[in-house]
Amino acid sequence: MKHEWWMALIGGGVLGAASGLLLWANGRIAGVSGIAGSTLRPRTGDVAWRLAFLVGLALAGLAAVGLGKHSFDVSALPGTGLLVVAGVAVGLGTRYANGCTSGHGICGLSRGSLRSIVATGTFMAAAAATVFAVRHLA
Amino acid sequence: MNKILPILTALASGLLFGAGLVLADMTNPGRVLNFLDVAGSFDPTLGFVMAGAIAVYAPLYWLGVRRTKPLAVAKFDLPTLRRVQPRLVLGSALFGLGWGLSGVCPGPALVVAGAGAAPLLLFSAAMMVGMVAYEVLEWLTARSRHETQDQDSRVPSAFAVTPAER
Repeated sequence: MKHEWWMALIGGGVLGAASGLLLWANGRIAGVSGIAGSTLRPRTGDVAWRLAFLVGLALAGLAAVGLGKHSFDVSALPGTGLLVVAGVAVGLGTRYANGCTSGHGICGLSRGSLRSIVATGTFMAAAAATVFAVRHLA
Repeated sequence: MNKILPILTALASGLLFGAGLVLADMTNPGRVLNFLDVAGSFDPTLGFVMAGAIAVYAPLYWLGVRRTKPLAVAKFDLPTLRRVQPRLVLGSALFGLGWGLSGVCPGPALVVAGAGAAPLLLFSAAMMVGMVAYEVLEWLTARSRHETQDQDSRVPSAFAVTPAER
């Protein structure tokens, strides 16, 4: 098996451990879109942990560059116009769907949630169809 | 209960989550796009990430929820929705469109934006605009539902949700 596949399995295991920590300590699902989006509808006592989780994500990126092990390759990104369209679609879509790759994909599938199975199948299929259209039809 | 502890555990969870995404190279949009390119340069890496994550999280979840309460807060707060609604499918399709256009989903967007990469800062800002748009649309939907209820002529909407489902 290729080295990068082993790294993917290990990295995935770390994602599972991080999500497990949030469940065991905070009693919450580690869904990034929900954690971010719900800060816009603040309820008392429900904002600080969300912001802390999001700060942790950003700090991980900063630390990766600071440790010099990783420079982020973003060469595959589309141009500015499509990038903005994509960002808005991801923000709006994940909120309507109550979750993204983390909340539905990792946590929801682990919980055996029917909603998450449907959501994950749908966004995987829609994303694959989009990539097909962009790379093979356009 | 201690108010600082859940903030520290959430911070640690976010840091660890970001580290996992970096280790697995899920912060590279090209790798994600190649996973989605099933008819072209298919790269199975994202599949291994999902397998590793579920293999670790599933037992932690099922053991965790047998506890009477979490370690740092008073109670579990987990999703209770069971019904598959149109908005779940339509929202997921819209998310998939954006994910397929960019190769970026919310977690990696925030990690790479944290490293100061300009395109991901822009993507994350656009994503937050989309999330604000959702809040506004939800507010408008709730308001128009009240008005149509007053006239006793409710119009079902694909995105409408009854209060019990929130």
